[in-house]
Amino acid sequence: MTRAFGLVGTIALATALFGSAAGAQTIKIGVNEPLTGAFAASGTYVVNGAKIAADEINAKGGILGKKIELVIEDNKSNPTEAAAVAEKLITSDKVPVLMGAWGSSLTLAVMPKLMEYETPMVVETSSSGKITTTGNPFIFRISPPSAVEAAAFKGIVDKLALKKVDFLVINNDWGRGTAEDFSKMMKDKGISIGLVETMDQGAQDMSAQLSKIKSSDSETVIVTTAVDQLTLIFKQAAALGLKKRIITTGGSQNPDQIIAQAGAAANGTMHLTTFLPWFPDKTPNPEATNYFITEWKKRGFEFAGCTESFRGYDGIRTAAAAIEKAGKAEPAAIKAALWDINIKGLNGDIVFRKSGPEGKESGQSQPNVYLIEINDGKVGMKTL
Amino acid sequence: MSEFLQHLVNMLVLGGTYALLGIGLTLIFGIMNVVNFTHGVLYTFGAYIMFIVVQQLGLNFFLALPVAVLAGWLLGAAIELTLLRPLRGSDIDTTMLVMIGAWIAMQSGALWIWGGVAKSVATPFPEAPLVLGPVSVSWLRLFVLAAAAMLILVTYLLINKTSLGRAMRATFQDHDTASLMGVNVDMIYTSTFAIGSSLAAAAGALLGPVYVIFPQMGDLAAVKAFAIVILGGLGNITGAVIGGFILALAEELGAGYVSSGYRDAMGFLIIIAVLIFRPTGLFARAERVG
Repeated sequence: MTRAFGLVGTIALATALFGSAAGAQTIKIGVNEPLTGAFAASGTYVVNGAKIAADEINAKGGILGKKIELVIEDNKSNPTEAAAVAEKLITSDKVPVLMGAWGSSLTLAVMPKLMEYETPMVVETSSSGKITTTGNPFIFRISPPSAVEAAAFKGIVDKLALKKVDFLVINNDWGRGTAEDFSKMMKDKGISIGLVETMDQGAQDMSAQLSKIKSSDSETVIVTTAVDQLTLIFKQAAALGLKKRIITTGGSQNPDQIIAQAGAAANGTMHLTTFLPWFPDKTPNPEATNYFITEWKKRGFEFAGCTESFRGYDGIRTAAAAIEKAGKAEPAAIKAALWDINIKGLNGDIVFRKSGPEGKESGQSQPNVYLIEINDGKVGMKTL
Repeated sequence: MSEFLQHLVNMLVLGGTYALLGIGLTLIFGIMNVVNFTHGVLYTFGAYIMFIVVQQLGLNFFLALPVAVLAGWLLGAAIELTLLRPLRGSDIDTTMLVMIGAWIAMQSGALWIWGGVAKSVATPFPEAPLVLGPVSVSWLRLFVLAAAAMLILVTYLLINKTSLGRAMRATFQDHDTASLMGVNVDMIYTSTFAIGSSLAAAAGALLGPVYVIFPQMGDLAAVKAFAIVILGGLGNITGAVIGGFILALAEELGAGYVSSGYRDAMGFLIIIAVLIFRPTGLFARAERVG
């Protein structure tokens, strides 16, 4: 009995030693995403995209002669958890760089931790303006801030003949920031702003807000939230007989999922997105887009998730490129190297420009924004 | 005016399911003196049963409902037999802690089995809503309202017109005396918990297809159920039904005319008011205390 224990003990010890030895052979990248809670669908897509990037890089021999290893943690769609997860990834897993945290409120909660531990983070999805303007030099964002979305949308408002718009936005930094930036742009264009309605991130019944919007005198509703809540809104708007034009922002719509779940209710709706998986040839990097989509389908994921997951793919490639450029997997070196990278993302070149107060600027790349329209259950492009 | 009518219709549809959630919880609290923290998980469980039967087994939507009710009944009975029966006679805090543990364990179980990404259930109802003048409502929600009303009626009859119901009411008033009169109190406790659980599962099965199904969906539902029980008075079934509609009305009108950002706060503002001015619930009879 004792001997058996001894043997097991030796094996366990050997495994532990071997395990830690193997650990030193990899370069870790921390991934802080919502895998449960209100944004579970979106966060899971991003993580699956991130895994494609890691596998692709590792298949080509990794970086600096080592494989990369994603340390994935669930922030539960909760800002408090997001900060705790960042702390855990940095102090316990010793990751030299992070990617995260999907939502603006989640990212904003993580930001003080980045300052505290001087570790850079690639922000792949969040769109609140505050993220890159408050003077956090550890932030490198590859997604468009809502002001950039609003500016891109500016070109088409005349064509759409918008007169008065209502807003229905998620009640957090993302939604409120979007309503603010779009209102400002529209007021400049002489469009009047009607109702600004909000919904809690976990809310499932938006009938009250939609009933109010239904009887307002505007002709268009701008909706900002993630895919799960969006499909509910489309279904509930149809059930209430809401006939206004619906335009969504934020790039987390998964238009194909809306078509599948909202059916006819999705026709005539427009969506501001940051990726065009339907038209790979029109993307800035068709070859990479095709590779990504083929790999995504090969893994059995739903095509609808592409519009979200590409950000995880680009985010990890951004972090990996910086580690390679830095020549070592250390936070300070990676942070410096992030300023020098220039990689071909699926949605344009990823090059960071300075944003925010002087001396402690955050990095912001300039991705493309597209407007698509759903007609007869199909996605079509509108020129901005 | 048309907006107000629409809010009223929304309130009716929402209130029906809130009432269903509330009576299950108030029944268990009233008769067993157990604060049932697993109520929300049982709601989630009912929704997932719906998902399994309709989406994974490909069976009929209407068949899935009774299956969910039965499954909720069985799970409720199992919880009572394994967790609550051994703790009978222990103080309310102990059972409360055990129920919180069961809630976390079951919610994590759902996450483990089905993952965190929300699921949806296809329904046989047409997409186009029923339009009556300025008011419009989906057929699915009308069906949910009708089914909820039927379940509430069945529960009411069960408690007020059957011998099981009489035994339950007797146990509620005084379980020692009821026991002396030949009521099998153990059996009453198990049935009560099973019935309350099946009502939670029914609410989940009805609302799952209206919304989306995910492991934490029961948390908000449970919070609302507790709110309704406090509104209506602990153990008061009629109070819970009315409380359900009052909460729905407060949410609808609060979101419609005050601010949608505070929609979920409306219910709690009412609870605070109730606890300050009528701490025994809106519908409690006057009681001699001194």
